[in-house]
Amino acid sequence: MEKFETFSGIVAAIDRSNIDTDAIIPKQYLKSIKRTGFGVNLFDDWRYLDPGAPGEDNAQRRPSLDFVLNQSPYKHAQVLLARENFACGSSREHAVWALMDFGIKVVIAPSYADIFYNNSFKNGFLPIALSASIVDQLFEEFEQSDDFELDIDLENQCVTNAAGVKMPFEIDEFRKYCLLNGLDDIGLSMQHADQIKNFEQQYYASYPWLGNA
Amino acid sequence: MAGQTLYDKIWAMHQVRQDEAGTGLLYIDRHLVHEVTSPQAFEGLEMAGRSLWRKESILAVPDHNVPTIGLENGITDPVAKLQVDTLDDNCDKYRLTEFKMGDVRQGVVHVIGPEQGATLPGMTVVCGDSHTSTHGAFAALAFGIGTSEVEHVMVTQCLIQKKSKNMRVTIDGAVSEGVTAKDIVLRIIGEIGTAGGTGHTIEFAGEGITNLSMEGRMTLCNMTIEGGARAGLVACDQTTTDYVKGRPFAPREDQWEAALACWEDLHSDDDAVFDREIHIDGASIEPQVTWGTSPEMVTAISNAIPDPATVSDAAKASGMQQALEYMGLEANTPFDQVKIDKVFIGSCTNSRIEDLRAAAKVAEGRKVADSVKLAMVVPGSGLVKQQAEAEGLDEIFTAAGFEWREPGCSMCLAMNEDRLEPGERCASTSNRNFEGRQGQGGRTHLVSPAMASAAAVTGHFIDVRKLT
Ligand code: SF4
Repeated sequence: MEKFETFSGIVAAIDRSNIDTDAIIPKQYLKSIKRTGFGVNLFDDWRYLDPGAPGEDNAQRRPSLDFVLNQSPYKHAQVLLARENFACGSSREHAVWALMDFGIKVVIAPSYADIFYNNSFKNGFLPIALSASIVDQLFEEFEQSDDFELDIDLENQCVTNAAGVKMPFEIDEFRKYCLLNGLDDIGLSMQHADQIKNFEQQYYASYPWLGNA
Repeated sequence: MAGQTLYDKIWAMHQVRQDEAGTGLLYIDRHLVHEVTSPQAFEGLEMAGRSLWRKESILAVPDHNVPTIGLENGITDPVAKLQVDTLDDNCDKYRLTEFKMGDVRQGVVHVIGPEQGATLPGMTVVCGDSHTSTHGAFAALAFGIGTSEVEHVMVTQCLIQKKSKNMRVTIDGAVSEGVTAKDIVLRIIGEIGTAGGTGHTIEFAGEGITNLSMEGRMTLCNMTIEGGARAGLVACDQTTTDYVKGRPFAPREDQWEAALACWEDLHSDDDAVFDREIHIDGASIEPQVTWGTSPEMVTAISNAIPDPATVSDAAKASGMQQALEYMGLEANTPFDQVKIDKVFIGSCTNSRIEDLRAAAKVAEGRKVADSVKLAMVVPGSGLVKQQAEAEGLDEIFTAAGFEWREPGCSMCLAMNEDRLEPGERCASTSNRNFEGRQGQGGRTHLVSPAMASAAAVTGHFIDVRKLT
């Protein structure tokens, strides 16, 4: 996993609450057995006027010009701004992969669905929760600007706008540590292999029927 | 010290360690695997040169991509076929238990786990699928995980988890005749909202819940995720243990008494404290229908389509308006004037034998309305299908004009050929009415199996209790 570094990026905003993972990456693209290549189909139903299929040349499809990610400069957005309960629904980690493959590194929203929130950190992706009123303000700033940028600093847990207004955010210490150092959860858990083995011994002694092969 | 909740108890049983920040390493008993969320996990562990910790914990099955007709031709979509083949190859390579296509035990992952006794009370159950919450019906802590976590469980048999908060939803008193588990859960989601359970594990309790069969409890827990909670739970009782007894993966006879003794404790203590409590009067629950593009956009069948103009919160009203436009609905229209194009009876929410019985009871002696283009019944597993055929349900359905299909996820998410065309309206027993869920531009209304069957035979939504 890559280390999460401080950056300044273009913000694209989608003014909807309850954006579900079906919308982020529709099911037909889940047939892939890879982790990459989902970016061209991020928000597929909203991004294109005609229906799409896996393996199709998306350059031949008609883009929906009203949709933010089809507009310049948001084609190069690195931050996505949205409303409450972002990425609810299906557990598909493809939603995170699609956002990242498109080039987005951070989502800012008032709240997230639990599974997506969890999946994000496993991929070095940062979901930032800011209060509904701050998110409101960010939407306003986005509306008023043609190339709204934000500075994202995980180390100092802070989002900063062009005017220098700092918006602090909360994050779990362990997750922050893993993100900043690009650490893989599996490697970390493997360090406790002996403890897991000991646990197992006692566990199956107490609940033998769970040990049936 | 206050007593423990059921969730606290199962958590304590499985916690291997805890770090200073309170993050736990949780031991996982059962890992269910399907073709969509596992290939990247297998690839990941292979690339890192890691091996599987406990192969016996894994039960794999292809379900999302499998066709529901013409099985003799195999999967014709090459991309879908590659995904199912990849699962087969991985399971063969690592010698994992898999019910392949053509095996009578194959079916939707959340139907076959319980059916095989692979889900047991007190277990931790995970799967790369949000509807893993289904298994909570067995007083098992069951929740959906992402693909990175699938790999994590394969390699370590554990998950890094933060404990969630405790929430309890109590249905006081019995529900009335004709009201099903689906109606109960839709009503709960309508009440708490799709983010209402976020960060919580929800225990369902009260007479309205304990009266439910295991099938009903599975329907209920299945949709916990639609209420924002990753896991739902129902305490273990006689109904639970009667269901489990004798199933292929259940405790052996010589282990049964010990297991029962342990399961007796799988309920919240009387003095347990919940972070949040909701009470709903069972008698007040009516058959439900969703009208929008989120499961919380739901109402009783006797109400009309809601009117955004009556809602004072501007953001909420505009969300409602957006949903009504997508759904092609006018505010204040009574549901019996809403005509449907297709009917889907199936999915891990409602494709078990009782669901099919309830739908067949309504269909018996009636005909699917001429205006309905397709009404399909997709059993949850090959064994459910077999059982239904032994009871003659297939004949009732086909005589009425329903199509009787092979098991799989089918039009619940339309990854195979079964889908809605743009603008088509569907009465569906599945769990998500998101935009495009059943096919791009498709319009989904979530209902119970009996209500779906009633919509099929009348061509529009109707209170199934009026049909008797
Ligand atoms: S039936 Fe639907 S909800 Fe259930 S596992 Fe399949 S796709 Fe998911």
